[in-house]
Amino acid sequence: MTALLRTEAVSKAFGGVHALSEASIEVTEGSITGLIGPNGSGKTTLFNVITGYERADSGQVYLGGQVITNAKPERVFALGIGRTFQLTRIFPSMTVLENMLIAARHHERSRNPLARMGAPARRHAMELLDFTGLAGHAGALAQSLSYGQRKLLELAYVLVADPAIVLLDEPAGGVNPTLINQIAARVKDLNATGKTFLIVEHNMDFVMGLCGQVTVLDHGTVIASGPPEAIRRDALVLDAYLGVAEDGHGDQ
Amino acid sequence: MTAIWRGSGKIGTEHRWRLAGAGALLAVAVAFPLVFTNPAVSNYGVLTLVFVAAAVSWNIFSGYTGYISLGHAIFFGTGAYFTGVATKDWHVTGSDVFGLLPLAGVAAAIIAVPLGIVALRVRRHTFVVITIAFFFIFQLMAYNLPSLTQGTSGLLTPTINFDPTTFNNPFYYVALAVAVCMIVLSWLIRRSRFGLQLRAIKDDEDRARGLGVRPMRVKLSAFVISAVPMALLGGLWWYYIGIVDPSSGFDPLFDVAVALMAFLGGLGTVSGPVLGALILEPAQLYFTQQVTSGYVYLILYGALFLVVILMLPRGIIPTGAELITGWRERRARSANPPPPGQPASSAAGRLSGRESGATRELA
Repeated sequence: MTALLRTEAVSKAFGGVHALSEASIEVTEGSITGLIGPNGSGKTTLFNVITGYERADSGQVYLGGQVITNAKPERVFALGIGRTFQLTRIFPSMTVLENMLIAARHHERSRNPLARMGAPARRHAMELLDFTGLAGHAGALAQSLSYGQRKLLELAYVLVADPAIVLLDEPAGGVNPTLINQIAARVKDLNATGKTFLIVEHNMDFVMGLCGQVTVLDHGTVIASGPPEAIRRDALVLDAYLGVAEDGHGDQ
Repeated sequence: MTAIWRGSGKIGTEHRWRLAGAGALLAVAVAFPLVFTNPAVSNYGVLTLVFVAAAVSWNIFSGYTGYISLGHAIFFGTGAYFTGVATKDWHVTGSDVFGLLPLAGVAAAIIAVPLGIVALRVRRHTFVVITIAFFFIFQLMAYNLPSLTQGTSGLLTPTINFDPTTFNNPFYYVALAVAVCMIVLSWLIRRSRFGLQLRAIKDDEDRARGLGVRPMRVKLSAFVISAVPMALLGGLWWYYIGIVDPSSGFDPLFDVAVALMAFLGGLGTVSGPVLGALILEPAQLYFTQQVTSGYVYLILYGALFLVVILMLPRGIIPTGAELITGWRERRARSANPPPPGQPASSAAGRLSGRESGATRELA
């Protein structure tokens, strides 16, 4: 199995705070990989560095064999990495269908920038809205959606461009249990068709039920990586979460 | 699937009504100077159409992207001076001067690219301030390059030997052509992929980047598209008025007026800026004529800006559309079983919806 996405000793500091210290992770092609860790351990910062929203101070990011370190967000997306945000970000004053069409360019054959989005793009967008259960809201303004529906919309419009890997930042955060199950089911469906996922999540049932691989960050460093069962029993991980040996590995 | 948008079939009739409305408006606009042959009246028509076209063009950039430019008078003034200098240097006369207008547009595009590249690096308030700063640089240049601009004495037009009874008509129809072209372009852009990207930038530029939108490219394109017609209008206006000086060519009130027209009618809509200009420009002309002190309308402008921002932050068109939809819903409901008792709750629901929209627009 090859690594589709890999970071190599990525470091990032904000002033004196080391958000990431030589963090190296690997996401196998076709896997659902979980990225967990206590609050402030650097998970979202790592997402931001991978997707070009923050610059790495040092280290490299690879997609397939290609170095994509510090590429701009629009370039990272074009290369095949889609992401969602922890605090869901949709386009509130546009309709749900319009939200879906922003990223829909792979289906657009016309070179004319003033051409209306063609029927294939619209059909594909509607299929994905159907898939996420939002088809009934296609004509509504996105600001009218509930928080959970916004999470689904954000997942759906990222999928429009058919990225090779999708990074989900807390997909289950602040969402009711029914919708959590729905999101998990959609991720499973997509993974069955070959889509790779990297998921940051605090909901352990969600992570352990979904992910084949789990990587644990603490203080910006990877402290464990492996299948969920092993992670559950890992002493370092338990320390990090329960704070028993906080001082033991707090530096670097 | 059409049922998703609204009651199926209804969209067809609504669309037809809109087309009919636009056609009727165009017919009235074409007939206007033929019916009202009094030059004092058609003067209103010319200047109003100049502002219709300007407000629609400004809205293509500022309305769709949310980047409020208060520097578009740069392009208006550049167009006026370009046409003026070219007319003088190349000894152009009569209606041939209209042929210079596209060149003025090209000049504006050439200026808009570097200005856009610098100004569009920053957002919101900082962007507004930078556009104002650029504006004053251009006004100062007009004052201080007398060899080119004749300084404060202004650039005069050559004698125009059009028939005095129909003198206004060529200006009127050129302004109308520019206005119609820009309305059509605005409509095409709004429903295109380009338009979606502009509106995505308005809602959340950083998020849009994460969906593959290249913001600088998209914003700069819209900036240039909205700058070009300003120069055409500036050149036309110079030829019509007969003189341009630094304070009238690079007029800060031009930007305030154009922005206010778009805000009043509905920022980011196709028809809003048209409506705003149709209301404000004749009103301004009327007040300037009626009240000898020409500055009374400035106070009215300021007051109106306050009223619009506070009471109608989304403008007449979006708020009006909402009221009509609400009224239709109420009527549909009262026509069908579940009778009275509901108005209070439905009104409250609409109000809260409007409030959330209002806060967004201001944010």
